[in-house]
Amino acid sequence: MTHNQNRSTIIRAAIVFLALILIGKLFYLQVISDKYAEKAARLSIRAVIEFPDRGLITDRNGEIIVFNEDTHDLVVHFPFNRKNFPIEDFCRLVNMTEAEVEEKIKIANDSRFNQKGLFIKNISAQDFARIQEGLFKFPQFSIESRSDRKYKHNVAAHTLGYVAEISRYELERDKEEYYDIGENIGKSGLERYYESLLRGQKGKQFFLKDNTGKLKERYKEGSNDVKGAVGKELKISLDVLLQEYGEKLIAGKTGSVVAIEPSTGEILAMVTSPGYKPDMFAIKNLGKNYTALATDKDKPLINRATTSTYPPGSTFKVIMSLIGLQEGVINTNTRYSCNGGFHIGGLTVRCHAHAPMPNVTYAITTSCNAFYCNTYREILHQDRFENIEEGYNNWKGYLNRMGLGMQLGTDISGEKPGNVPNADYFHKIHGHNKWNYVRIISMSIGQGELLLTPMQMANLAAMVANRGYFYTPHFIRGQQIPEAFTSKHEVGVENRHFTTVVEGMRNVMLNGTGAYVQIPGIDICGKTGTVQNPHGENHSIFIAFAPKDNPKIAIATVVENAGYGSTWAAPICTLMIEKYINRDTVSQRPELEKKMMETAIPK
Amino acid sequence: MSEKIYGQSRMDGVTLLLYLILVFCGFLAIYSSSHGSSNFSFDFSTQYGKQLVWIAVSITLGAVLFLIDVRFFEVFSYAVFGFWIILLILVIFLGKDVNGARSWFAIGSFRLQPAEFAKFGVALALARYVSDIDTDMKSRRYQLITAGIILLPIALIVLQGDAGSGLVFFSFIMVLYREGLSGTVLLIGIVAVALSVLTFAFGFLALVAALIIVGGIITAFIYTNTKWLKYLWLIVLVCIGFTKSVDFGFTHVLQEHQQKRILVMLGLLEDPQGLGYNVNQSKIAIGSGGFWGKGFLQGTQTKGDFVPEQHTDFIFTSIGEEFGWVGSTVVIIVFVLLFLRISMLAERQRSKFSRVYAYCVLSVLFFHFLINIAMTINLAPVIGIPLPFFSYGGSSLISFTVLLFLLLRLDANRENELDSYY
Ligand SMILES: [Zn+2]
Repeated sequence: MTHNQNRSTIIRAAIVFLALILIGKLFYLQVISDKYAEKAARLSIRAVIEFPDRGLITDRNGEIIVFNEDTHDLVVHFPFNRKNFPIEDFCRLVNMTEAEVEEKIKIANDSRFNQKGLFIKNISAQDFARIQEGLFKFPQFSIESRSDRKYKHNVAAHTLGYVAEISRYELERDKEEYYDIGENIGKSGLERYYESLLRGQKGKQFFLKDNTGKLKERYKEGSNDVKGAVGKELKISLDVLLQEYGEKLIAGKTGSVVAIEPSTGEILAMVTSPGYKPDMFAIKNLGKNYTALATDKDKPLINRATTSTYPPGSTFKVIMSLIGLQEGVINTNTRYSCNGGFHIGGLTVRCHAHAPMPNVTYAITTSCNAFYCNTYREILHQDRFENIEEGYNNWKGYLNRMGLGMQLGTDISGEKPGNVPNADYFHKIHGHNKWNYVRIISMSIGQGELLLTPMQMANLAAMVANRGYFYTPHFIRGQQIPEAFTSKHEVGVENRHFTTVVEGMRNVMLNGTGAYVQIPGIDICGKTGTVQNPHGENHSIFIAFAPKDNPKIAIATVVENAGYGSTWAAPICTLMIEKYINRDTVSQRPELEKKMMETAIPK
Repeated sequence: MSEKIYGQSRMDGVTLLLYLILVFCGFLAIYSSSHGSSNFSFDFSTQYGKQLVWIAVSITLGAVLFLIDVRFFEVFSYAVFGFWIILLILVIFLGKDVNGARSWFAIGSFRLQPAEFAKFGVALALARYVSDIDTDMKSRRYQLITAGIILLPIALIVLQGDAGSGLVFFSFIMVLYREGLSGTVLLIGIVAVALSVLTFAFGFLALVAALIIVGGIITAFIYTNTKWLKYLWLIVLVCIGFTKSVDFGFTHVLQEHQQKRILVMLGLLEDPQGLGYNVNQSKIAIGSGGFWGKGFLQGTQTKGDFVPEQHTDFIFTSIGEEFGWVGSTVVIIVFVLLFLRISMLAERQRSKFSRVYAYCVLSVLFFHFLINIAMTINLAPVIGIPLPFFSYGGSSLISFTVLLFLLLRLDANRENELDSYY
């Protein structure tokens, strides 16, 4: 019997061994692998989402620009259990055939995200009440409500931006994993930049569901729930009245207007044309409008104020004057002869007829080319510079400090830096330091390689208005303003030099190229520019600020292919200034206003 | 001291304690799976309410066993066996048809499954026969009768359409092994199972090719020994013949859904919506329990009724989900302690009848335990057998309890069994 008693040991060993296999497999399932926990959560937990109202957008006077209206989606939850699904009743509820329902479920399943697929998007108001009432019988469906954008003032489309369904790409980049498929997100403009402020916080309640999809009790008594919060109101610096007026003035023309409050950097108006109305991109309209606008040859979706770049033309003479004065290469008594232009070797930069031997103030007023060609030479070729590169970089430093050749960093994205070439650029063309001011003379009068966005031009006007500094132009106002928008950017030109330059700009309006558009009672300082356009008519440019003392508004306007700066850009600028300062009174120049509003300039 | 004086031992407290622990854990699991909410409440009309009644009935019956003369069972063991065999036959004709199987007697709301109790009959009959002083364990007659005692109920249960419950009786091989069944027979059995599985997995022809190649390789090493070569190729031929018959049986005798079920359980066929649905849900529930579990009454899959048959055959999922790996392991350890204790009780019996009976109890309980838990974690096919002391249902709880308590009764009396047959 000893032999058989040994067998009891074998039997015991076998029992322990087999039990260890069970424990081992359980360890794999429960501790090592985490896919079962995920699967379980997907099967048995459903998050009921409560979408908060998106924040309003209001202008500088508290006027509501953007608000919300509710829309409703019918969503289906997966895995979809067909057992006990009364499909006939459901077809009656949603007015579809069985085949349509099956097809929609299939589509929803293919594009589902987090176990949820979109069954009907934007249920109409009359269907909503009926479907909501009958939906309790179909626990695998639910209605999710959210708001769409509505516009009390249907303006500033590019600035406001729009809200639409989040894309796959955006979902992948959503590090916080805040969004679900089918949810909305700010796509451009302020809606995008201030998305996290405007969207608020989705409320989430987790429920247990059973194998038929019916919701049971709260998951963990609601301890994982997320409390929702409505979106915050976004107060912005736009003056919606001024914005509307600007859009009317520039209608039918190609170009843009940017107006800034110099003392704060707040953008008062940002107009771009051709454009579109923001309600065309409300969620319910987006589908039918987007393709047409995106493929329009006039490119109405482009925000020209921040992304189109132009040579500044004669408006740049203001900047050249300031740099020359600060560098000490010219002073208020410096005069250069202008013999119908600037001549050196075989090169001539032509000038128009004006009183001889201008000083700097008069050179601004009369826009003398020869004066600035000479000034440029003096700036670049000072004795203290070893070579042209040093002189050039010294000059370029002023431009960079003025926000040229780089993004200003405003609070809508897509801004272009414009162009101020590096010395290397000219080294490459002409050989290392084998060039001088003559080679780049066209930049002295704001032509050539130099390119600015209209916003950069407006910012220059604000900088002059402030006599030497600016704040990064921005829209946000009256709330947690990022520090980037409250720090002062000094440009390195002393205050006293501005007196001279501002005097010249004031004279432009009194007896220069702007005399035709001056407004009694408002001391406007301005400078016209007419930029040669190799593709057609000249671009018409004007920068200005007003009043001369204690300025309230700085502004720049570009009208493409329109001719002289004084003909189109200057009138629009001064009408805008008039509107802003004399807010509630009608224009003193109704004829001019009418002409601007009604003339279309074909591209 | 008193046991010596009266020649009477007491009930084995360790076994009783392990039994009570398991029954209590089982009740918690059933409470959780049939309660469906996080809040405590009690209601006798529910499954856990009924289970509590069954627990009371079982323990009462176990106590009653101690009032019956211990000789009764040995004397009437064949009668008990015969009684349940007759019921197994009757249920084929009178049983309630559930999904094509007739394994239940339904009398009003009361249901009785004879297959659950037949184990008890077989255990008694086997113990009686093997321990009989007249039995010659070397004889062909012995082999045929022991095989008959085991195979007869299997045949009847398969006829009822409940193959899974029939498989349980193969566990008695453990008893026979303990009592001297040749290890070679066990080895042949294991090889046969392995060959069958490989046939399902790779097909008949591939297996024949593999067998011939293996035979060829071995031949290369022992080609000088012609006697061994003869045996080798005889074995290969037998294996091929066996494989062919398995293949034939699989494709021609089994129905398609049975073939599928075998393939799914062997992991050769994925079927998460059909046959594999239960196992998939079971794995999700257990796997989501993690290390510590989700907590009592906090199982999301348990509360949402995601695991079909959870309160009966898949009751272990409730433990796995709510008490995690730690809880599952503790339950397994308690079971293993019970098994080792039974084995110890068996070996301390002086009467062969008691020892054989004890091993019968061990083999039945262990087989149910092993296959049931293995099934919930996809290590064994889904055959509908309960987890002893856990699964909901009066038949199984009562039969396991009676099975175990009779062992305790015999053990308590072991001093008096002294020299019965010497
Ligand atoms: Zn001149």
